Amino acid sequence: MGRPVAGRPRRTQVSTVSEQTAPIHGSDRVKRGMADMLKGGVIMDVVTAEQAVVAERAGAVAVMALERVPADIRAHGGVARMSDPDVVEAIMRAVSVPVMAKVRIGHFVEAQVLQAVGVDYVDESEVLTPADEAHHCDKHAFTVPFVCGATNLGEALRRIGEGAAMIRSKGEAGTGNVVEAVRHMRAITGGIRHLSRLAPEERYAAAKELGAPADLVAEVAETGRLPVVLFTAGGIATPADAALMMQLGADGVFVGSGIFKSADPAGRARAIVEATTYFDAPEVVAKVSRGLGEAMAGIEMGTLGDADRLAGRGW
Amino acid sequence: MVDAPAAGAGAPAVGVLALQGDVAENLAMLRHAGARATPVRRPSDLDGLDGILVPGGESTTIGKLAAMYGLLEPLRERLAAGLAAFGTCAGAILLARGAVLHDGRPSDQPLLGGLDMVARRNAFGRQIASFEADVDVAGVDGGPMRAVFIRAPWFEELGADVRVLAAVETPLGARVVVARRGRVLASAFHPELTHDDRLHRLFVGIASTPT
Repeated sequence: MGRPVAGRPRRTQVSTVSEQTAPIHGSDRVKRGMADMLKGGVIMDVVTAEQAVVAERAGAVAVMALERVPADIRAHGGVARMSDPDVVEAIMRAVSVPVMAKVRIGHFVEAQVLQAVGVDYVDESEVLTPADEAHHCDKHAFTVPFVCGATNLGEALRRIGEGAAMIRSKGEAGTGNVVEAVRHMRAITGGIRHLSRLAPEERYAAAKELGAPADLVAEVAETGRLPVVLFTAGGIATPADAALMMQLGADGVFVGSGIFKSADPAGRARAIVEATTYFDAPEVVAKVSRGLGEAMAGIEMGTLGDADRLAGRGW
Repeated sequence: MVDAPAAGAGAPAVGVLALQGDVAENLAMLRHAGARATPVRRPSDLDGLDGILVPGGESTTIGKLAAMYGLLEPLRERLAAGLAAFGTCAGAILLARGAVLHDGRPSDQPLLGGLDMVARRNAFGRQIASFEADVDVAGVDGGPMRAVFIRAPWFEELGADVRVLAAVETPLGARVVVARRGRVLASAFHPELTHDDRLHRLFVGIASTPT
């Protein structure tokens, strides 16, 4: 599919002779480019096709299909797994925007299943129960691109080294509390600023400290940014939260429980979309913050035990 | 191809619709191609522009935000009055007269229009069918462009005055991926992802030529 053609498809004044090179699927450029198209947008967690339609109408750039939103995973406990492919397919049929879905860390067969189903992006996510306590998926082995969470620069670069085509700061999913998202975003962007100040010979020790591939460390030091798009996630519940994360350097926003656990999901979803686009225009953020009703209740971090913290999952 | 002038007092002013998508890459490419490039997020940002670039992104999101923030009508009026325009991928969908989904069902979304053609969204398939390949573009010298197609559209039902600049072979036959009518240019692929600025230079040349 997509082989360049010699000749022309219809009458026209110009010829379109093309090289007969075979199309390449699943290259880094094709995977990372997909994430570039999501920039400045909001990706919303949905558990049903109906919710997906609400998200799309509100202006979501993509939806994340999952079985339960993180707040419910916290409340109900048990092992959290990939969604039923029937649910994922129903969501894919219901909307025209890209559909992402989550797999457990290291569960490469769940990822194979989602690739076979045809999702547009796989999230290897700490929100689900990890399947491997030492290894993540080898994401180079897939045609479908992956997004992975990170709490700091070393973790982000390890995931990119494994083939992740997009990174999101983890935050603490299902809490409605933005404090961990801020911590992780600052850790990643601060780590990048630190690297860019190092002399070239100092980058090797930095790579060792970060536990990250030396070539990626050198690339980030040279360019001053990750080689992939950096979104934020985990605890974003209000338009102001979204604008805060954008001003801290996020390329876009994942919102999980914050929308469908609030009083007015459609209104809140649209408000977060607008605040993400106009993140540096306080008058717009003020306008869209009015009259949204109750945000999700939220959890204070001090009340979460270590076992309840999802961000610690991932190696 | 018209050579782009060096950026300066005489350089054309080109806006990039900056509601969502790969805005930064297109601003950088336009500046490299010799334009004075600025982001457009409000109607007043359109004042004095010689051209508008509508970037890749999610066409439904960009269209909704353009409608909410009062950009649809001013853009439609300026396009009708001859504003130069370049749309890539989602931007090309927005510049089309009509849009249909992958399976041909109508896509109910706000469009800017400007090009007499119908864009078939995600025409090559979902992301796992996204691809890169060399594509020759008529009027672009220097060999084929490395074209990156991301959930890309193709263009159908072209009006008589819409020129085909490039097409690719598909199982259904050849399909149009670059088209131009007068001052409006549309590409289904993303030249900003390969840092090949030849199409951007073509567009800057169009924008710097008086209507």
